[in-house]
Amino acid sequence: MSVPTIFTQDLIETFREALESLDRIRLEAVFQRAISSATPLEVVEKLVVPALEQIGQRWDEGQIALSQIYMSGRLCEDLVEQALPPGAPERNHLPKLAIVVLNDYHMLGKRIVCSVMRASGFEIADYGRMDVAELVERIVIDKLQILLISVLMLPSALKIRELRDALDARGVRIKILVGGAPFQFDPQLWREVGADAMGLSATDAVATVQHWAGDMA
Amino acid sequence: MNAMQRVLTTLSHREPDRVPLFLLTSLQGARELGLSIEEYFSRADYVVEGQLRLQRKYRSDCITCFFHAAIELEAWGGSVIYQPDCPPNAGPAIIHGPTDIDKLQPPGIEDSPGLMRVLETIRQLKNRVGASIPIIGMVISPFSLPVMQMGFDHYIELIYEQPERWARLMALNEEFCVAWANAQLAAGATAIGYADPVSSLTIIPRELYLKTGQPVARRTLARIDGPTATHLASGRCLGIVDDIAATGTQALGVSALEDLAELKTAAQGKLALIGNLNGVEMRRWTTERAEAEVKRAIAKAGRGGGFILADNHGEIPWQVPDEVLLAICHAAEQWGRYPLDWID
Repeated sequence: MSVPTIFTQDLIETFREALESLDRIRLEAVFQRAISSATPLEVVEKLVVPALEQIGQRWDEGQIALSQIYMSGRLCEDLVEQALPPGAPERNHLPKLAIVVLNDYHMLGKRIVCSVMRASGFEIADYGRMDVAELVERIVIDKLQILLISVLMLPSALKIRELRDALDARGVRIKILVGGAPFQFDPQLWREVGADAMGLSATDAVATVQHWAGDMA
Repeated sequence: MNAMQRVLTTLSHREPDRVPLFLLTSLQGARELGLSIEEYFSRADYVVEGQLRLQRKYRSDCITCFFHAAIELEAWGGSVIYQPDCPPNAGPAIIHGPTDIDKLQPPGIEDSPGLMRVLETIRQLKNRVGASIPIIGMVISPFSLPVMQMGFDHYIELIYEQPERWARLMALNEEFCVAWANAQLAAGATAIGYADPVSSLTIIPRELYLKTGQPVARRTLARIDGPTATHLASGRCLGIVDDIAATGTQALGVSALEDLAELKTAAQGKLALIGNLNGVEMRRWTTERAEAEVKRAIAKAGRGGGFILADNHGEIPWQVPDEVLLAICHAAEQWGRYPLDWID
């Protein structure tokens, strides 16, 4: 089945601009226009994800701020959850993935990534804030395949090494994607702590998870 | 020149004898005394002894009496979470929903044992060092404090969606911040660091800063009875340097993510720069790399004064090895001597 031609570059730009300026009326209008001529999953894949990718790119380039990323992610999450509720069969239920704040108490990064992952059609479990030992047990129980870890403080980033070692000792194979300020300030750090990848933005996380999901399928 | 003369000269955009160094080691005082971080911050005399030992060891051109950010939340009724190897974190939010702001009242400084401990630390430090070296006090800006008071996500929503409640919260926080800053100055602090990370371009766009963080800073800094330095805790600021200068602050802590030479050009004659050694990478620097980074920073921003060498976050991580810190100090003394004629 061919993808409807409604998803032009202009429409994606309009959607992105409405997100960045928090123009809910325009946003709703564009989304409704799209949803009236395509399936919810097509709207997510051809409108929401490309717009969020552009926002992620503009964050990487320092053109927009974290507050805009947060608010746009939240708005997208609300729109997408109306059209594609949590648990809907069209959502990406596999691989099993979760996000956690390890060791520290700064939750904004996790909230942003959660919103953008859900707005991109993924089901993602939110583990909240955990220490290493608690997290290892949860990963084993849930038979998790991909774990996203958000940290703000350097010591918390270094705890990921402890987590990886503990998982290795239990023979647990899992992909770990990390993000947060320490990895931005030290681009070598993610390898040192035993992560499989690092994301500078929430849309980096989506791209990486999509890639891994393809490999696991 | 002593440290005070060196710093005052550079703040007036002239060249002192050498580039001043602010090695902002706060937690490391605990290590010097063989105490846990929690024990260390439990008594003023511990912090006084720790900071004086660090100053002697690293020959920094200031003494910081900053304990940790969460001490302000504690004054508002919150809690502090200590861990063995990192700065204390703020406990749960004290504002559980926007309507809580309607009945919130700022705490008195004298009602907070933690803040009184900081003031006692400043008094004792002032007695020990007199006017020979600046003692730097610290406040969290009224605009940035709500990240701890209500959580970052809820605070961003408040800024965008409830401007009247946001304005009330700012009014309360400004009263507290001014009182807290002036109490530190009265106790003997030379200047106040105004920590305002939410105002950085990393966190909010310039248009929003001009409507929020900037007017808050203008009003607050005008009522602080001493010099101030704004610090964005490694957030970006190149696009708002003039806007920050217009708040009345004298110096600006800048990020390793921006080019120091560009920042220097933007701030020339308006703001002294403090920065911008990368505190996160510093953990795995060699002594040679430390020297190279010090030279890089001095070469980009040292000429003409208006520059204090420091890390880019305002606090050096616990994990940075001592030999790296010593190498930074040594390089600052070796390569920071004016007229800096080694620079091409």
